[in-house]
Amino acid sequence: MSVHALRKSASSSFVFVGIGLPIEASAPAYQSHGTEGSHLTNITNTKKAFPVLAVNYEHVRKPFEIALWILLALLMKLGFHLIPRLSAVVPESCLLIVVGLLVGGLIKVIGEEPPVLDSQLFFLCLLPPIILDAGYFLPIRPFTENVGTILVFAVIGTLWNAFFMGGLLYALCQIESVGLSGVDLLACLLFGSIVSAVDPVAVLAVFEEIHINELVHILVFGESLLNDAVTVVLYNLFEEFSKVGTVTVLDVFLGVVCFFVVSLGGVLVGAIYGFLAAFTSRFTSHTRVIEPLFVFLYSYMAYLSSEMFHLSGIMALIACGVVMRPYVEANISHKSYTTIKYFLKMWSSVSETLIFIFLGVSTVAGPHAWNWTFVITTVILCLVSRVLGVIGLTFIINKFRIVKLTKKDQFIVAYGGLRGAIAFSLGYLLSNSHQMRNLFLTAIITVIFFTVFVQGMTIRPLVELLAVKKKKESKPSINEEIHTEFLDHLLTGVEGVCGHYGHYHWKEKLNRFNKTYVKRWLIAGENFKEPELIAFYRKMELKQAIMMVESGQLPSVLPSTISMQNIQPRAIPRVSKKREEEIRRILRANLQNNKQKMRSRSYSRHTLFDADEEDDVSEVRLRKTKMEMERRMSHYLTVPANRESPRPGVRRVRFESDNQVFSADSFPTVHFEQPSPPSTPDAVSLEEEVPKRPSLKADIEGPRGNASDNHQGELDYQRLARCLSDPGPNKDKEDDDPFMSC
Amino acid sequence: MGALQSLPDEPEYRDLSEKTGFSFEQIGILHKRFKQLSHNEDTLRRDDLNTIPDLSCNPIRTQIIEAFFDKRNFHQNGEGTVQEISFEEFLVVMSHFRPPALDMTEEQREIIRREKLRFLFNMHDTDNDGTITLEEYRHVVEELLSRSGALGKETAKGIADAAMLEVASISMGHMEPDEFYEGITFEHFLKILKDIEIETRMNIRFLNMDTTNLCNRTQSVRVNGCLSGELSSSTGSPQGSVFSSLLYTLYTDGCRSQYEN
Repeated sequence: MSVHALRKSASSSFVFVGIGLPIEASAPAYQSHGTEGSHLTNITNTKKAFPVLAVNYEHVRKPFEIALWILLALLMKLGFHLIPRLSAVVPESCLLIVVGLLVGGLIKVIGEEPPVLDSQLFFLCLLPPIILDAGYFLPIRPFTENVGTILVFAVIGTLWNAFFMGGLLYALCQIESVGLSGVDLLACLLFGSIVSAVDPVAVLAVFEEIHINELVHILVFGESLLNDAVTVVLYNLFEEFSKVGTVTVLDVFLGVVCFFVVSLGGVLVGAIYGFLAAFTSRFTSHTRVIEPLFVFLYSYMAYLSSEMFHLSGIMALIACGVVMRPYVEANISHKSYTTIKYFLKMWSSVSETLIFIFLGVSTVAGPHAWNWTFVITTVILCLVSRVLGVIGLTFIINKFRIVKLTKKDQFIVAYGGLRGAIAFSLGYLLSNSHQMRNLFLTAIITVIFFTVFVQGMTIRPLVELLAVKKKKESKPSINEEIHTEFLDHLLTGVEGVCGHYGHYHWKEKLNRFNKTYVKRWLIAGENFKEPELIAFYRKMELKQAIMMVESGQLPSVLPSTISMQNIQPRAIPRVSKKREEEIRRILRANLQNNKQKMRSRSYSRHTLFDADEEDDVSEVRLRKTKMEMERRMSHYLTVPANRESPRPGVRRVRFESDNQVFSADSFPTVHFEQPSPPSTPDAVSLEEEVPKRPSLKADIEGPRGNASDNHQGELDYQRLARCLSDPGPNKDKEDDDPFMSC
Repeated sequence: MGALQSLPDEPEYRDLSEKTGFSFEQIGILHKRFKQLSHNEDTLRRDDLNTIPDLSCNPIRTQIIEAFFDKRNFHQNGEGTVQEISFEEFLVVMSHFRPPALDMTEEQREIIRREKLRFLFNMHDTDNDGTITLEEYRHVVEELLSRSGALGKETAKGIADAAMLEVASISMGHMEPDEFYEGITFEHFLKILKDIEIETRMNIRFLNMDTTNLCNRTQSVRVNGCLSGELSSSTGSPQGSVFSSLLYTLYTDGCRSQYEN
């Protein structure tokens, strides 16, 4: 016993030897299957040699295997992309399934039991990241413009698929020669409902690579997300019924009610959590580091809560992401936004990979019951019902759409209806008492394989062949943004003239409601009054600034040498050369000073992000300005001729640098003041201003009269635009009221 | 420009339909709306449009109203503005917002795209010199931001300047420091907005079925040449409408089966 005690106390101080296996910890000493156990029981009196190295696999078994699987999945993914030819022809999902098959085969050959895609694991761990990623980054505008079409496809299309397939399969089973006469109608309908839903994971995986135009993409993708409610209801309905065996009208009615409860309930739960997340993000300005966690956790809670009540978890996730996004993004820092984006993409990528690999492994593992007729009919029926459904529904939908769906669009929508892992998991969830379970599973797997392999691989060449419109890769353009907003208002106005309340009228009403009531509560600080155009412009500036930091030069968006002076209506007389030199010198000196000042910031864990961000951006702006100045100094020293001056003779000149409008943080603006008048027309006093910092003013001699205008030093932190235009000093004072209400 | 009669009949509708592409029902509904806005007169004035309550909250209200009175939008190569417009001109302006038909060829789509962009261009180019100058663009952005509780004209100017820079760089590529970019011409405008797919976005839904007849109906009586005031009736269905005859048929169906005659 004393040896035991000795071992216990000593083991805790063992050094971690870099083999990857932690050396024995105290607790499992009794449970370990290692050899020391047996040694210890045998040898109690002789002193054993100190075990320097010991293996205890059981201790880390679970996490180790999980990590190993994930690593394997990622290495496979890495491998595919290194082989260029392969990844261009075969979609990733196919390759991953093949890998899964190989691994499963390998495990089986070894003699072990290959792990099956556990439904619990799938629904609770693997699916949510993918759906959250999809929901958070859902392109709202095309989605809301087509929401009617998407809902029709999702609800009516899935219902049609389920009943068509279930019914015809039942008819098939009635035929004697098939040998499946034991299958009753409800079981077939259950099977139909499982296999009829378009799967978001598969659609995402395949459509990601073909870059199809936005309309078709959002139609198929939106449908795959929204049909979850229908699937959930149908599945539960038929499962309950097939246990009981009979269906009454009341049951059908309750089923319909259930559908509404499930879908609307899911959306409601998601929206509540979304608002909570938005509200929480309002207060995170001092703890930026944990902002992304709020987004993830609230969304996951939304999913789990709705799953708890048997509501549609997918719809809850989507609703949560959509609701919280505009408010959260207005509140969080840029780095948190990047973090959220990358974490979501990372998790969803890993999840997707794991799902496909496990699908392959499960195929090898699962119990199979093969019936040629049944399986082949299922596959054919899937295709046929999908095509018929899409054509029929489009015929009806086109009567209500402004922009009709063309035949090509219909074809891609029909062909893009892929089935995936959700169908498999639902099938796996069927209780074992279900007689046809194995048959169903086999059929489901075959359908999945068919859609992913055949349809997935051929969709890309078909898209090329049919010359379907592809997605436009365009950079964010301020012109397009302006005109998008302009169009919105224009169309709302014309609808008003026409006299009927259309799409744009309600959108406008919603926007107004949003602006006056909701944003007030959910957006921190004064930002809620900021119109979208300005927010967009800020983001674009930020992006450009960051690009410049990274590349160390001017952004290539505007590669030309065109600058403000090319478009500003010109004025003016010039300043003498001597003055120019002096000004140049002073400007340079001041810029250096500012730069140094801004570099010396304290490093703090909690303000890390903010400080860096502002530093970078200001730094970038400084650099930009400096370059601009050095290049085009002489052209910039202009004195506006026709501006009104409040004080007689005092003229003010602003320094213009291109593209610099919004500077919420410090930015040195250079002002040249030309104090009174005719006696010394050339005198220029230079005033440099750095808001929020002790302003460095360098006044060149010359009549000092009114040179010290300090009111400009006090810029409100949230004042926008300083540099470009020059309203004159009077207007400055008026502008101290920054928020002019409507 | 002759004024239309107050009760237009087939040939006039046919002309209008050919000219603008609307269907007869759509023209009928729009005509009713026109008469409602102009208080049953033959021409529409700016004040009539100013009184529409839905437009009052629109930031670009003045520009929209101006567009209706802009001769450039009447497809007759006119210029300048008018004080009042007839129904035909109203319809022509509205036809800019019709969606393209499903079976159009690429060239037809291109023509429609140009037409719609021309309409937008005319809205911006208020002094009709063929270019959108910086001042005009600034005005556009200021108007856009005016109702949003914007933070001053500085931002609008900044955004407009940045936008102008973008147009200049895309259209001109490279300019010497002392060259001057006059303004956005129509061709440049086409270039910068070519990705926006205007022919699918600049559309509104025009009603095909006239539901206005079932509500907001006013009636007046003419006795000895004098017209009484209008009274709005909220019950019953209008004489001569399909709905009326349907209801009649349903109502009297029970009688028919009883009396074979």
